[in-house]
Amino acid sequence: MIEIGHKSDVKLVIDGKRLDGRSSNELREVDMKIGVINRATGSALVRFGNTVAIAAVHGPRELFPRFLQQSEAGILRVRYNMAPFSVDDRKSPGPDRRSTEISKVIRSALEEVIFLEEFPKATIDVFVEILQADGSTRVTAINAASLALASAGIPMRDLVSACSVGKIDNQLIVDLNGKEDNFGETDMALAMQGGRKNVTLLQMDGVLTNVEFEKLLGFAKENCLKIYELQKKTLKEAYKRD
Amino acid sequence: MEKEPSIEKETKEVLKEHPELQVQIVLPGEFLDEKKGRKVGRGAFFEGEKVYAKFLGVPRVNEYEVNVLPLSGIYLPNIGDKIVAFISSVEVSGWFVDINSPYSAYLPLAEAVDEFVDTQKTDISRFFDIDNIVFCTISKVTKNKTIQVSMRDYGCRKLLGGIVIKVTPQKIPRIIGKEGSMIKLIKQKTGCDIITGQNGVVWLRGENKTKAIEAILTIEKESHTLGLTEKIEKLLG
Repeated sequence: MIEIGHKSDVKLVIDGKRLDGRSSNELREVDMKIGVINRATGSALVRFGNTVAIAAVHGPRELFPRFLQQSEAGILRVRYNMAPFSVDDRKSPGPDRRSTEISKVIRSALEEVIFLEEFPKATIDVFVEILQADGSTRVTAINAASLALASAGIPMRDLVSACSVGKIDNQLIVDLNGKEDNFGETDMALAMQGGRKNVTLLQMDGVLTNVEFEKLLGFAKENCLKIYELQKKTLKEAYKRD
Repeated sequence: MEKEPSIEKETKEVLKEHPELQVQIVLPGEFLDEKKGRKVGRGAFFEGEKVYAKFLGVPRVNEYEVNVLPLSGIYLPNIGDKIVAFISSVEVSGWFVDINSPYSAYLPLAEAVDEFVDTQKTDISRFFDIDNIVFCTISKVTKNKTIQVSMRDYGCRKLLGGIVIKVTPQKIPRIIGKEGSMIKLIKQKTGCDIITGQNGVVWLRGENKTKAIEAILTIEKESHTLGLTEKIEKLLG
């Protein structure tokens, strides 16, 4: 068993390169698409290497049961779910402790930017399915959900961009894959509003000194901005006249 | 035989010659302009003196207002909107109507029928029953989104027969066209009766309605391209 924050025997950096041949500040191949689900108000598919997330936004729509309705503002509901075939061993379908927690943190990361007060008594439903998992699924889910919300025409203060960073062999790395996530020393997930640079999600596993933490946070913010640019490009391209 | 140039190709050529025709798109949170005492529309918000876009759309910045026109989204009612609605339930002295929005609206008896009706003795479903289609106006919207509709305006009536299709509400102005040019064209070529509701519901009646629907859905799909009127003309033959 590997204890959190302790070095593992698995070699993750060989000759200065990571297992998949990337350098420390290199993202995996990123692919973003919007409008992938016709029946949803807005949808998006985001791929970071082998991690694929698809998000659909329904609404704003009438909220049932009625006792959940709030007369001052609407509510946001998020469901994060991993497909049974998304991982090596079959994942038993349905909600579990992990996905409930991740749904909650995604909701809080997105709630900040949406003008929910414009939709009293209504709900905005966001469904995120992880079709293939290879590390960094929650940040991929946030990126997909943010794109889907924007394509659904939901009023927002900003787009939310997220990325994962970590530490392996005393080296700061970005966009962790499955192995780096499992056997690395530290991993951190960060989501921030691309334009105004407010952090909306910060989670960390492992041990870091204060100096290392500051450094890693700066590194994560830098990479979130890269992803923000990619999101902007995807949305603008989709509505370009060609 | 020489192949006719496609509309798509023409659009590309036109854009090459006139890049200013490329529509500028703004994203949520993107800076639009300084406020400078102007009105900030529903599609924008301000912090201090700076105005930002609220959703994905086309910016409209002029000397009077700073706003963004949406490209997608659901219908939110505004007073004065003319809509096509469905009766969803019959009450003692009015009806609840589905207005293709997160909120349902109420149509009071007094706003729908001219004659005196004794509600103690009459079942008002004889005027409008469940699933009937009505063309009406939004007359009241409160802060908490309690909505009332009225049929007192010119042209408001029960729509008999025909079929209904739903399109993206933001595309309705494109379907109607400049001063109604596009909808007039479809009506002329197909001979259909068409009523477009600002809530994205379109009612059609007539023999050639399949052609009309095809045209409307094409406009919805390709609303951001150039030369759409010619394309629709060609489609309708």
